[in-house]
Amino acid sequence: MPNPRKPDGSVVTTCAYCGVGCGFKAETIRGEIVRMIPWKEGKANHGHACVKGRFAFDYWRHADRVKKPLIRASIAEPWREVTWDHAITHAAAELKRIQAKHGRGSAGAVSSSRCTNEEIYLMQKFARVALRNNNIDNCSRICHSPTQFGLSATLGAGAACQHFDSILQADVILVVGANPTEGHPVFGSLLKRRVRQGASLLVIDPRRTETAESAHCRADVHLALRPGTNVAVLDSLAHVIVTENLHAAKFIAERCHPAEFEQWRALVGDPRYAPEVVGPEAGVDPAEIRRAARIYASGPNSTIYYGLGVTEHSQGSTGVMCLGNLALSCGMLGREGVGVNPLRGQGNVQGGSCLGSWPHMFTGYRFVTDAAVRATFEQDWKLELDPEPGLRLPNMFDAAVAGTFKAIYIQGEDPVQSDPNQNHIVAAMKAMECVIVQDLFLNETAKYAHVFLPGSSSLEKNGTFTNAERRVSMVRKVVPPLAGLEDWEITVRLTNAMGYPLHYDHPAQILDEIARLSPAYQGMSFALIERCGSVQWPCNPQAPEGTEVLHTKTFPRGKANFMLTGYVPTSERTDERFPLLLTTGRILSQYNVGTQTRRTGNVAWYGEDVLDVHRTDADARGIQDGDFVTVTSRYGETRLRARISDKVNPGVVYTTFHFAQSNANAVTSDLNDWATNCPEYKVTAVELVKVPTGKPASSRTPASVRA
Amino acid sequence: MTIKVCVPRDATALSLGADATARAIAAECQRLRQPVQVVRTSSRGLFWLEPFVEVETPQGRVGYGPVEAEDVPGLFAAGFLQGSAHQLAQGNVDAIPFLARQERLCFARAGLTDPLSLAEYEAHRGLRGLRNALGMSPAAVVEEVVDSGLRGRGGAGFPTGIKWRTVAGALGTPKYVVVNADEGDSGTYSDRMVMEGDPFVLLEGMAIAGYATGASYGYVYLRSEYPHAARVLNQAIATLRAADWYGASIQGSGFAFDAEVRIGAGAYICGEETALLESLEGKRGMIRYKPPLPAIKGLFGQPTVVNNVVSLASVPIILDRGGKYYADFGMGRSRGTLPIQLAGNVKRAGLVEKAFGVTLRELIEDYGGGTRSGRPVRAVQVGGPLGAYFDQSLLDLPLDYEALAAKKGMVGHGGIVVFDDTVDMAEQARYAMEFCAVESCGKCTPCRIGSTRGRELIEKIVRGENVARNHRQLLALCDVMENASLCALGGMAPWPVLSALQYFPGDFGLPAGKEPAHVV
Amino acid sequence: MWSELRNLREGVDLGTPPRDGAAVSLTVDGKPVTAPAGSSVMVAAALARCPVPKLCATDTLEAFGSCRMCLVEIQGRKGFPAACTTLVEPGMVVTTQTARLQELRKGVLELYLSDFPAGDVPGGWSELHETMQQTGVTTHPYVAGENHLQAAVDASNPYFLFDPTKCIVCSRCVRACEDIQGTFALTIEGRGFQSKVVASQGECFLDSECVSCGACVQACPTHSLVEKSLFEGGEYRAQSPQA
Repeated sequence: MPNPRKPDGSVVTTCAYCGVGCGFKAETIRGEIVRMIPWKEGKANHGHACVKGRFAFDYWRHADRVKKPLIRASIAEPWREVTWDHAITHAAAELKRIQAKHGRGSAGAVSSSRCTNEEIYLMQKFARVALRNNNIDNCSRICHSPTQFGLSATLGAGAACQHFDSILQADVILVVGANPTEGHPVFGSLLKRRVRQGASLLVIDPRRTETAESAHCRADVHLALRPGTNVAVLDSLAHVIVTENLHAAKFIAERCHPAEFEQWRALVGDPRYAPEVVGPEAGVDPAEIRRAARIYASGPNSTIYYGLGVTEHSQGSTGVMCLGNLALSCGMLGREGVGVNPLRGQGNVQGGSCLGSWPHMFTGYRFVTDAAVRATFEQDWKLELDPEPGLRLPNMFDAAVAGTFKAIYIQGEDPVQSDPNQNHIVAAMKAMECVIVQDLFLNETAKYAHVFLPGSSSLEKNGTFTNAERRVSMVRKVVPPLAGLEDWEITVRLTNAMGYPLHYDHPAQILDEIARLSPAYQGMSFALIERCGSVQWPCNPQAPEGTEVLHTKTFPRGKANFMLTGYVPTSERTDERFPLLLTTGRILSQYNVGTQTRRTGNVAWYGEDVLDVHRTDADARGIQDGDFVTVTSRYGETRLRARISDKVNPGVVYTTFHFAQSNANAVTSDLNDWATNCPEYKVTAVELVKVPTGKPASSRTPASVRA
Repeated sequence: MTIKVCVPRDATALSLGADATARAIAAECQRLRQPVQVVRTSSRGLFWLEPFVEVETPQGRVGYGPVEAEDVPGLFAAGFLQGSAHQLAQGNVDAIPFLARQERLCFARAGLTDPLSLAEYEAHRGLRGLRNALGMSPAAVVEEVVDSGLRGRGGAGFPTGIKWRTVAGALGTPKYVVVNADEGDSGTYSDRMVMEGDPFVLLEGMAIAGYATGASYGYVYLRSEYPHAARVLNQAIATLRAADWYGASIQGSGFAFDAEVRIGAGAYICGEETALLESLEGKRGMIRYKPPLPAIKGLFGQPTVVNNVVSLASVPIILDRGGKYYADFGMGRSRGTLPIQLAGNVKRAGLVEKAFGVTLRELIEDYGGGTRSGRPVRAVQVGGPLGAYFDQSLLDLPLDYEALAAKKGMVGHGGIVVFDDTVDMAEQARYAMEFCAVESCGKCTPCRIGSTRGRELIEKIVRGENVARNHRQLLALCDVMENASLCALGGMAPWPVLSALQYFPGDFGLPAGKEPAHVV
Repeated sequence: MWSELRNLREGVDLGTPPRDGAAVSLTVDGKPVTAPAGSSVMVAAALARCPVPKLCATDTLEAFGSCRMCLVEIQGRKGFPAACTTLVEPGMVVTTQTARLQELRKGVLELYLSDFPAGDVPGGWSELHETMQQTGVTTHPYVAGENHLQAAVDASNPYFLFDPTKCIVCSRCVRACEDIQGTFALTIEGRGFQSKVVASQGECFLDSECVSCGACVQACPTHSLVEKSLFEGGEYRAQSPQA
């Protein structure tokens, strides 16, 4: 039996998968990456990891990697391999041509949370200095944009209040619409550790997730509410708090506006938010609502962690504001063990959020319409900038279908697979004249592209990622980029080809520029991050090595705000034709649309998306475990394999979105959050019909026949 | 006039046919129209006489044994209801020499009462200890037990009062009383006899322990091999509850105490207190390192009194008659009495409760009557399967914790197993290692792997393979096991082996005169 | 405890978790050293640069006390306490190297090696190999004893394999799965010499509740659990079973 080989090289870097952003050592033998070992000094993970970052890294050298730039005149033609110069020149020429013909606003760009802070920054700079417009958006549009809106509105900052370790100081943990055990596994483990130490756990989720119930870790209260009733239930918790006088009067008096509190108290105190009224509507026991509210309010330290189950709703921003209100009303802010914390899904979606990759905001969430702010950018970038907000991504698609938007530069995103209402997006893609896709693999969106620029994985470039804790960590190059250029270098070349001179010797200089132009990153630099290991923004003269906990002394606007959060049910309703509610989520071994993880050994666990159906609903339709079913909604249909599950309540079905062939987003609606257009992925009325197999019956006993 | 006839319900008696005997007596009474009350009592512990039937006569209790069902008609015919002579007659029970010279403090009621009659228990000084305790401060109760000199009767011999003092002073609620009723040592049965025969004395002792230390709940961790004890204890607990001696406020005192029985699952190692606690918590019975002591961090991490059955059963009399009364029995630092269990190749096997100081020879020859086979006594193992084997030369040692320890033996739980001259001591040594291997929890290496290697080495020595080398290796291995094991199972498994090598080298094919050193 | 995780250092394994606490002064092998209150003697010895041999201890897990390699001598205390489970106290005088301790460590390591594939002793670089070097013990005197060398490799997981022949039942993998990951997929089945690491109800890793986080692989001190990618070609060629 041979002994294993011993690595001879090691580079500390950051995982590119989820928003935990684990520190890893990429170990090599003669330059070849042989394993990823968690970095003990990683402050987000302390030497722990999950299957994805730890093992599923081989996608970087999968045979599907595109190694040469590709172009084609129309999407009906096959791709042609060309040189970098040729591809860049061609892409720039096309963009200029289209803008000349259809107007400056006819082109746009989309940055990626898979890319580094420096690259995201360069994408928004590209749109502003090369395309000369504000048509720049990012994928957090479709997940956590309500976080940005809702937490800013209440607390003044759209980011996690605490660092992960803070949960070890919490006495009560409230998890809403998130499943950290699957989506943020290393953080999920820390959460479970704290619950085993004795903290109370409250879970609000339609499903009995692993977070709600697993070995030695069970929620004290699990409100398995009907999808779409978040705001009602959260307002009901608030109702209990104000009517039973459990709120923190001193904190409210000192750090909020008492008049706002009174208004909010009147709203949630209304009888229509009483647990006895909301409970039946949401499918939850009123006594449990009361119990959860009392446990949360009594703390002493209560912390909230939430995810896409809050944001991806038509009242997503409202739901986030409810959470902000809850924390304010009980004084659970500004110290260890408390806070309101979004679990940002992707490795750098927090980065995408704060680096100005928005049509209406520059870095640091400052509006493009603000002349003073705009002036600082004009000074640094040395040209006049468009003062009008640009198109959001959904609007870009609408405009494309309408014929006014003709070109798009997409980096590291696959809207055709990941965005809602797929048919609409495909139509938009087909209507455009120049689709430039920069990615590792030819993905669904690339089917509609005219230029394909082969990108680099996080193992092939230098830069920084910002995780869900606002923690900026180093991404270090372990191997040379397979296609020859790091992602940021491609954007620099394209910017130059568009006529704006841009040059950086190293991404460190890009971070220096970000630090100049973004108050939260003011003190950031590669040198500081090297010295400290990682730095949580805000990093400024008051906090020269970063900030662990927000709002300790004041809120960004001085005081915080109670926002009125009346419940407006989604117009996505069930009826006789579509009597079930479909909700969606993630699984541990696959990551988002599976671009990377489908190309690794992780398919051993999960080779396809599966639809969880409650036995009652399955029996009523003659569906057995393992049968294929057609899932139809008002918007489209798809086919999935059914799995009988007791983790969903009757009336609710659940699936994941990791495999393109499941086309989960063909059925999701085009309803979205009123404030941010974040799609309402989490609530779709559907019906299931068993797909007749035509095959002989299996050895299973036939499904019970309903009388 | 109704005559009372007592037939034991003890497990040993049952295994010898006591139920059939009782039925036969009842049937014969019916047939002869004799008014007789057959009472199922505890056993006196005279096992060579079981089933031991006692008749209550005006002259006191007269005993007959061993009485099998077919002996019954003959006994009636001989007039045994009047206590007359018979081949099986043993005379006045109190005068039986085996019993007459004992000092039964813990086993004061053995054979006298119906184990589940609370009235009879009280009539025989039961509940006086608890009554007295409730009238004292908890700290005073602790001091009474300290003064008694009572040491843990499970085997470790740790001063019980000091343990209670530690728990009483430990921070944290709730606190627990845990009774170690795992009694796994081969040839021991005193715990079983207490639980089957006098359950109230154990339960009373538990309540006193709870009162003294601030614990409000007790668990009896009972080995699965004692089903009769489980039934009796559960019934006894129910009886105490109904009579307001267990519950939310015992006799209106404000002191709350209750208890339940939990059954083990066949692991000797769960007689070790930390493995017992793990098992009670629903986990694998694996050893916890100490410190922290269970007294500070025990069951579910809470301060816990873990005591052996006999230790707790000795507490009521201490609180009834005073600590000094108890301490007046015994010698040196071994105060009070010990219920000794004679077993193995001995003519008269049974329970002997005596003050410390009695010698092994007295126990084996005077009480035990020497070997059952009639052959000379060759070896005696004291204290359980991990105790040293003593040869004839050591039988004049007094039963005393320190005296036996000085000869690398141990009092343990008081079991004494006698072997005659047909015993193969090499096989006994091999058995000691095998026992350790089978019962090892597997956590620490010296025990987990060492016990198997130890067995293999002894087998090789006996087979004559590389004897000198393997003997040296065996001694080195014993040293490692003794000094590096995590608990006393691995730590003491070498004791029977080394004593066998020292006193009986010939059985291994080794030359005499080799003195293997126990390294301290 | 919450901030103690931040005291972990890459490339350094103190043996038991680093604590935050008031400094306690003691002496190890004649050298004065301070360690935070709540630290084990093993940590103090590591800080004093007199590291004690260890196998079942690692500083991302609480002490277990099962391997018995880390025994030391402490002035005023009987016997040979385990450094990993003994807490530092002010003025403690610890000795980590004596002839007696070496005798005991040798004895323990020989027992381990008596159930370990002899062919894997040379050329390895696991913690077990480091411990062998540290103590100077690479062989054992036991001839043809009962062993687990016929156990089959479980290579069901796409990324790592489990070779039970190299397992020393230190339980680091079980503890990592419980305390670090929180999945509780691993346990020890059987008792005594039959003790073995199993996943879930004795299933192969892939079929079990294991979520493949790799914490067990990282924790394993003998490369019994090891990444497949560390083998040439990513393959692990099992030795043909011994007759």
